[in-house]
Amino acid sequence: MTTTQHSNGTPETGATAVNTGLAHMLKGGVIMDVVTPDQAKIAEQAGAVAVMALERVPADIRATGGVARMSDPDLIAGIIDAVSIPVMAKARIGHFVEAQVLEHLKVDYIDESEVLSPADYVHHIDKSKFKVPFVCGATNLGEALRRITEGASMIRSKGEAGTGDVSEAMKHIRTINAEIARLSALNEDELYVAAKELQAPYDLVKQVAKDGRLPVVLFVAGGVATPADAAMMMQMGADGVFVGSGIFKSGNPAARAEAIVKATTYYDDPAVIAEVSRGLGEAMVGLNVADVPAPHRLAERGW
Amino acid sequence: MTAAPQIGVLALQGAVAEHERSLRSVGAQVRTVRRPAELEGLDGLVIPGGESTAMARLAAPVGLMPAIRARHEEGMALFGTCAGLILTANTVSDAEALQGYDRIGGLDVVVRRNAYGSQLDSFTTDLDVAGLAEPLPAVFIRAPIIEEVLDGVEVLAEAAGHPVAVRQGRILGASFHSELTRDARLHQLFTELAR
Repeated sequence: MTTTQHSNGTPETGATAVNTGLAHMLKGGVIMDVVTPDQAKIAEQAGAVAVMALERVPADIRATGGVARMSDPDLIAGIIDAVSIPVMAKARIGHFVEAQVLEHLKVDYIDESEVLSPADYVHHIDKSKFKVPFVCGATNLGEALRRITEGASMIRSKGEAGTGDVSEAMKHIRTINAEIARLSALNEDELYVAAKELQAPYDLVKQVAKDGRLPVVLFVAGGVATPADAAMMMQMGADGVFVGSGIFKSGNPAARAEAIVKATTYYDDPAVIAEVSRGLGEAMVGLNVADVPAPHRLAERGW
Repeated sequence: MTAAPQIGVLALQGAVAEHERSLRSVGAQVRTVRRPAELEGLDGLVIPGGESTAMARLAAPVGLMPAIRARHEEGMALFGTCAGLILTANTVSDAEALQGYDRIGGLDVVVRRNAYGSQLDSFTTDLDVAGLAEPLPAVFIRAPIIEEVLDGVEVLAEAAGHPVAVRQGRILGASFHSELTRDARLHQLFTELAR
């Protein structure tokens, strides 16, 4: 064996490249909601690229009602111990102290999430103050760019969590795609007004117009319940999918989790999607978004 | 002038597009690989960063790992970064969630997964790499540590006392991501190796 000379500078931590970079490593993968260490292991065994540790999946939060908050640190620590893949956890919108606690617990990503009850109806967390990366929800391009400006390293379209109804996820990814396409078609001198309309910084708007995509990884969330749902989101240009209630509220979580993972990788191959969709048992009992009264729709939280 | 090298990027999951971009920038013909038949005619294959546990599970039902091994024995070069390094290493000291799943192997090193810690311990640094005139910007994300290199493995770079870039025959391994930067010199090195 031979070694070579090295004089390396002091490593820097917390750089943006590191935090947006972790999201790149998750691409093409499935991030699964789990409420126990055992579920986290099932998710890892099924090929999840990360797990979201929480006390109740969105379908149960919806059923239970009341104020939904950050999970018990014991639960989060137990899930971190149980798996080797990245662990994410949710803080309430604007609840920077919950975020401080999650950073202290060494979660790999914080989801500032509309699935929990907002702690601040005006401001989101100043994510640039943290070393740990954040993923945030968005229903449209302006919302996504505002979150990125605040320091989010990854965006997920919101969909309508806890319903098993994929229509809102579809609406949000289509909206984001269409708004990006519109920006790309504008003349450069028209981007100033576009930035004003999007309520986002001009430089960021200009970059999106030039690249034809967000500057960070974009996953889809909210209502994905079947392999075909996941594959459809990938065909729509998503970088990956979050599956919340869809797995552990179904008849056979391990099989469904594995099937959704495969369908996400081979998203453009109907033969694979057909094969993995066979005999999965009951999907989660769905809730049509149209039947959810507007004040109870989670996607409307965040601004 | 020789034809551009044909390089594949394993595209089961992970940072695929970034490797494609880096490889194209150094003149390679690039395509993604999700099935054994797609390995045909490749001079080299990049195994990207991502989650090694997810990739190993996705590869198993289609027999990709043995197919990659077989093509490597016929001369196809390999470049594993981060999770890709774990999949090309001969020994993983904390295999746990990889237990029972085939990997590619071939690189005589011992690696430990996520050995630097959680995402809070991820970092960037500039590396001196053997064969490169200027330091290479490197992004370490929940990176594996190369605990041991066996005979026949050349260490190309070290950081904090551990090897982070190694070469053995037609295999290149790195525990970091240079594909996340605009500096494609390591990809240049690999395409030269793959020719």
